[in-house]
Amino acid sequence: MKRELVIDPITRIEGHSKITIQLDDRGEVTDAHFHVTQFRGFERITQGRPVHEMPSIMARICGICPVSHLIASSKAVDDIMAVEPSPTGADLRRIVNLGQIVQSNALSFFHLSSPDLLFGFDADPAVRNIVGLARENPQFAKDGVALRKWGQEIIEQIAGKRIHPSWIVPGGMAQPLAEETRDRILAGIPEAIAITERALAWYKGEMIRWEEEAASFGNFRSAFMALVDRQGNVDHYDGWLRVVDSDGKVLADRIDPHQFNDYIGEAVEPWSYLKSTYWKPMGYPDGLYRVGPLARVNVADQMGTPRADEELGKFRWRLGRVANSSFHYHYARLIDTLYSIEKIEQLLRGPDILSTHVRSRADINRREGIGVSEAPRGTLMHHYKVDDDGIVQWANLVIATGHNNMAMNQSVLQVARHYIKGENIEESMLNRVEAVIRCYDPCLSCSTHALGQMALDIQLLGPDGALLDELKR
Amino acid sequence: MTTVFTFTIDGQAVAGSEDQTILEVAEENGIDIPTLCHLDGVKDRGACRLCVVEVAGSNKLAPACTTQIAEGMEITAHSDRLLEYRRAIIEMLFMERNHVCAVCVANNHCELQSMAEEHGLTHFDLPPISPVVGIDASHRLFAIDHNRCILCLRCVRVCDQIEGAHTWDVMQRGIETRVVTDMGKPWGESTTCTSCGKCVQVCPTGALFEKGRAVARGSKTRRPYLPYLKVVSEERG
Repeated sequence: MKRELVIDPITRIEGHSKITIQLDDRGEVTDAHFHVTQFRGFERITQGRPVHEMPSIMARICGICPVSHLIASSKAVDDIMAVEPSPTGADLRRIVNLGQIVQSNALSFFHLSSPDLLFGFDADPAVRNIVGLARENPQFAKDGVALRKWGQEIIEQIAGKRIHPSWIVPGGMAQPLAEETRDRILAGIPEAIAITERALAWYKGEMIRWEEEAASFGNFRSAFMALVDRQGNVDHYDGWLRVVDSDGKVLADRIDPHQFNDYIGEAVEPWSYLKSTYWKPMGYPDGLYRVGPLARVNVADQMGTPRADEELGKFRWRLGRVANSSFHYHYARLIDTLYSIEKIEQLLRGPDILSTHVRSRADINRREGIGVSEAPRGTLMHHYKVDDDGIVQWANLVIATGHNNMAMNQSVLQVARHYIKGENIEESMLNRVEAVIRCYDPCLSCSTHALGQMALDIQLLGPDGALLDELKR
Repeated sequence: MTTVFTFTIDGQAVAGSEDQTILEVAEENGIDIPTLCHLDGVKDRGACRLCVVEVAGSNKLAPACTTQIAEGMEITAHSDRLLEYRRAIIEMLFMERNHVCAVCVANNHCELQSMAEEHGLTHFDLPPISPVVGIDASHRLFAIDHNRCILCLRCVRVCDQIEGAHTWDVMQRGIETRVVTDMGKPWGESTTCTSCGKCVQVCPTGALFEKGRAVARGSKTRRPYLPYLKVVSEERG
């Protein structure tokens, strides 16, 4: 019997979003909102589950960055058990987390954003995609695929599988590292570094072409937040929260991540399911801050690895101590990637990395636990409360995309004001609005754009709220 | 002197002694009849109905695990009709509670999951009931997640017949049926439980599990199957 399979609609997207832009009587942009229109409810559906299941359930939030949730969630359960993983267990988690950063950063830069950078924001959308990229610059496309693959293979080899791996567990890791696995990953380091340095060289050479975009793509003063270690180096797994302002002045340092609730508030707006987090000392909405690769390079004193530090020096020479335009997330993302590769090598060459003591065990020793780490898009916080039997009573997640929500809204407004004149929207304007969101690499763009477009709906509203124009994809 | 009966299963001539069940004779002759509640070494109770077979001359399907053999029986253990029924039984077991394999401690070590795979159950047509059922994690070592319980009652039988503790029982009826410890007390307060862990080892799904086990890292990887259960029950006669 013949069968017909129909796929309709194609939902190749991590999330759905909508943008509304308000105009005044003269056709000038007065306000703009970036709406995330989907509801997931993980904080509710996990209530009543045994806390040891949390890492695996939370990993299901995302197929691109499950490791980030596994890490933050496992750390929160470590906290509830009141244990620390053995040094080797912690280092293996670090390596997997950095592998995740490399593969996700590669996806964001090469697959999602580079078509804009390579072909220009005004280019024909039929060409401006990963397929056009492969045709126009095959080496560049191959580099992106190879780098992402290398990061994914680290996850697979150390954590069990590429998507939703199960070997990152409360207390540490489920399996020690095999010598041949270590050697296989180490063998890929030179190529990974070469790819990233090629991309950096190309980016720096082309930067001048994007000056207009850099000036209007979320170019404003704000605070930046990231984790740093004791020496002020970037730290993606542990450490303390540091917040700096636009001049690089430290607003707060050495904040124990367990105290994040004292410093970070969450506001809810009626037009989005995405919460807006804000820096409590400055209140809402003034306490806008940014997280992610740009924040990491702005916040840290130095990266902490030789090649990445050299590149950070050049970054600061070009853009100052703190880069304020969100366009520079791309540049920062490449430095973040270079650091991650170098750090993976350092950790793999550690003397105890093959130790078989990778997991600590304990019962439920606390009723509350917090786990904080740096995900590709920024600081990720998992906070759980359990009963005496370890059954989850309450959970709260502060996701990187939420930290950046206010900044993304402000960026959309800035781009709209700069590029929208009159009552008609052109494709190049639509693309720039998408592109500024893409700088932040929010999770809703994770699996989109690779073949052309993000599910985006832009509405132009008159002063009375009437719909003047709409562009849908 | 025991009487020997000869009969056929799926056209194959087989023989067994009068006190044997269809399932036992089938197993001895290498004929695979699917089961879930059956466990070597404890008494069968015909709960899951997965082993139902057709007996010539009878309109009713008979559970192979509790049906005694008889001379001249013509038994069909595999047919399209039986496959359809078995698939429906497995689907109903899934729909009755809340089974989420991806985040289950027994993922890849689960008999219900294996049965679904073996019977080609690729999707569900029945609407889920999604009942609100709880977890008892009050025991120091083990927990029961009723979301994953299929009421095979292996835990009840092994605890009573092998360990002799009789901690487990069955409470309520129909869709409300639950296995309970010490007549409904939290497991952690049970005075009869010896913490031997047999119930956890014999549970076919992730309903009973060792606390602290991560997803797909269940402790049941050392099955099949506790051969001593059978040895003990044979010694006791």
